[in-house]
Amino acid sequence: MKIMVAIKRVIDYAVKIRVKPDKTGVVTQNVKMSMNPFCEIALEEALRIRESGLASEVVAVTMGPSQCLDTLRTGLAMGADRGIHVESTSALHPLHVAKILRNLVEIEKPSLIILGKQAIDDDCNQTGQMVAGLLNWPQGTFASKVVLDKEKKEVTVDREVDDGIETVQLNLPAVITTDLRLNQPRYATLPNIMKAKSKPIKKFTPQELNVEIKPDLEIVEVTEPPKRKAGVMVSSVDELIHKLKNEAKVI
Amino acid sequence: MLKLRSVFSKSKSNNLFHLRSLTKSSTSQSSPPAYDFSRYSQNAFSFSKHSSLPAPASISRVPPSRSFATDSEARDSIEYDVVVVGAGPAGLSAAIRLKQLCHQKGADLSVCVVEKGAEVGAHIISGNVFEPRALDELLPQWKQEEAPINTPVSSDKFWFLTKNRAISLPSPFHNKGNYVISLSQLVRWLGTKAEELGVEIYPGFAASEILYDANNKVIGIGTNDMGIAKDGSKKENFQRGVEVKGRITLLAEGCRGSLSEKIMGKYNLREKGGAQHQTYALGIKEVWEIDEKKHQPGEVVHTLGWPLDHKTYGGSFLYHMKDNQISIGLVVALNYQNPFINPYEEFQKFKHHPAIRPYLEGGTVIQYGARTLNEGGFQSIPYPVFPGGAIIGCSAGFLNVPKIKGTHTAMKSGMLAAEVTFGVLNEVLDMDMYWNALRNSWIWDELYKARNYRPAFEYGLIPGLALSGLEHYLLRGKHPFTLKHGKADHEATNAAQLHSPIQYPKADGVLSFDVPTSLHRSNTNHEHDQPPHLRLRDPKIPETVNLPVYAAPESRYCPARVYEYVADEHNQLKLHINAQNCLHCKACDIKDPKQNIEWTVPEGGGGPGYSVM
Repeated sequence: MKIMVAIKRVIDYAVKIRVKPDKTGVVTQNVKMSMNPFCEIALEEALRIRESGLASEVVAVTMGPSQCLDTLRTGLAMGADRGIHVESTSALHPLHVAKILRNLVEIEKPSLIILGKQAIDDDCNQTGQMVAGLLNWPQGTFASKVVLDKEKKEVTVDREVDDGIETVQLNLPAVITTDLRLNQPRYATLPNIMKAKSKPIKKFTPQELNVEIKPDLEIVEVTEPPKRKAGVMVSSVDELIHKLKNEAKVI
Repeated sequence: MLKLRSVFSKSKSNNLFHLRSLTKSSTSQSSPPAYDFSRYSQNAFSFSKHSSLPAPASISRVPPSRSFATDSEARDSIEYDVVVVGAGPAGLSAAIRLKQLCHQKGADLSVCVVEKGAEVGAHIISGNVFEPRALDELLPQWKQEEAPINTPVSSDKFWFLTKNRAISLPSPFHNKGNYVISLSQLVRWLGTKAEELGVEIYPGFAASEILYDANNKVIGIGTNDMGIAKDGSKKENFQRGVEVKGRITLLAEGCRGSLSEKIMGKYNLREKGGAQHQTYALGIKEVWEIDEKKHQPGEVVHTLGWPLDHKTYGGSFLYHMKDNQISIGLVVALNYQNPFINPYEEFQKFKHHPAIRPYLEGGTVIQYGARTLNEGGFQSIPYPVFPGGAIIGCSAGFLNVPKIKGTHTAMKSGMLAAEVTFGVLNEVLDMDMYWNALRNSWIWDELYKARNYRPAFEYGLIPGLALSGLEHYLLRGKHPFTLKHGKADHEATNAAQLHSPIQYPKADGVLSFDVPTSLHRSNTNHEHDQPPHLRLRDPKIPETVNLPVYAAPESRYCPARVYEYVADEHNQLKLHINAQNCLHCKACDIKDPKQNIEWTVPEGGGGPGYSVM
């Protein structure tokens, strides 16, 4: 059984983000990039499933400019068997990514696709769900526990939802997106990083996969969140009511 | 968290790495324990990693082991011809030079560089007005190869500051032909050059121990075990460190390198070289993006005087880079006597000076950082060779103090070491030849001429300046005497009762900032569930000596607020160590009065994330 994991190269979570002076985005020049933490968790889960003998191969997929190869190599160093790089210099929105993944599925034919629940740069939380929709596969999103039953071709997923944990049982092939509590990703060891250099990476372009990258979203403006205003001490309940009525205008 | 940058060796050699023995592999997966929140907080990475509030049990009492040395699991072992510790200017210059010699002479040596930062350049911070002398020798085509060196020095100002005035003095520097750069950016570029030549660079791996053979010869380094919890137990993702062995090991850890200090102690390298102790300064720096009307690319400003007093050596710098960015910082010598001095606060105060603040008004801070630097110069150079390797760059100490430049000499020292190493590995030379090579090079010449500037300030600011003037215009190092350094930095601190506390102004949030805000700008991060990397040799000394006698200087000189004294339930002040704030500057290792604090290397990949420093 093959597992496909989608990983994204994003600004490292420890970096202090700055908005570009022209407000078209955030500064990415000279800024540290890393694998999206949720994607690390997704890859870790795929590796654990393979190590328990239930899968034979883990393929890591990334999309973007050539620098994404760094992230892909990190994935290979963690233990993925093969990599796929879909090269594109245009901005890729979730629907593009989902369409590309769907077309890759026709080539690779995995039984399970695992993704992070969202990327920490756009916080979209859409790609996994869109892939499942396009493929007409069942989805288990916000996974905090994944148990695979290979014989029955089912996977049981505990989902973290607002009212607690929801357990769903999905028939394979299926799409899973990972949440924080699923696992703790492994470190890549030095010998593994060395071995990763010789693992194969296949390259595609969106055109080769019959996906047209036509932007359907336009980013109008990116601004910093408004600075938090200092609190105001009020001296009486009357003053509070007055302020709520006349300044905050909420009553 | 993986903070690795993958390595693409475009080496033409088929035998990329001499991967001879991969012994028994490291640990298999243990059964998953209860969920461990250690890596991320619940609400997507907004944890207060720089909180000054003490975390429970963060006191480094009897420190848990960083490595399971008694473990029956053997470590993987990888062998190279040359192992370099530290991907900084010295380390990378050495690696590049080695590969150049290989290509020239048709030889093939495997070179591996291990780097504790998450990326090459992440732990690099420096003024920096760059003298390209060594780079011209190493990579003469640097301009065509688009090295990030493109802002020539356009003006050189030197001011003596009083509280309200700036008195212009003739500049003692000759910066024509030099460039204002970001050393972090230059080192990143050097890293790509090294990889193009076939050097293997592994960021995110901290060399935590030296490996010896049965004859006490150094045969390589061991990296940290990863995934050990604060209490010393193995976490879910425990990963044994690896042994990286080399026929020659070059230590290029920068100022006060942790392994270098151990080696110098073990082989008595200071005595062997007839050297005095090393003396240090702490540099605290910010990069600002300022109003473009105020920005003059290549403008170089240095100041002396306010806010430092006559007994405290130090000064500031303000360099204009490109893209409306400036580097601004304060360097304070660590042999200051008043335990109440807070170098960070002095820097914040400095920015309010009427001659300085106009540059900054309307600007924003992009990054913050701090690092100690060597001031011992010629008198403190140790014998840099040990059985099995050598110490290069600032770990040995080649900074030219009156020039305030150490990058070019660090690079040259790396290149010389590489040349001797090449000879050693081809069995025609002895590593001791490195000492001769240094003494016959322009490094020696330069440092010899510069040797008396700094020690003269032992006599005070005015005598120091007087001698500097004399040296600069008349003597130029041509005199028979060599002044000695005063006390070691940690011994120079007076008891607190001889001084009164200094009231520093509160941060205004526009020009000056509190430590947590600054720390956030350094992109510092450590896996917080790991044993504290700052060890107390005697856990009682902070409360029995540092606090009562010296009023806890570590709570003042640390630019990351790692050390805090907090009242416990009996209202007794106890030391709390916020190790995850650490900027890896090494000030505590240097300045602690009883030398009780030992800086050891934390899990690889942690520490600051400098990109434009």
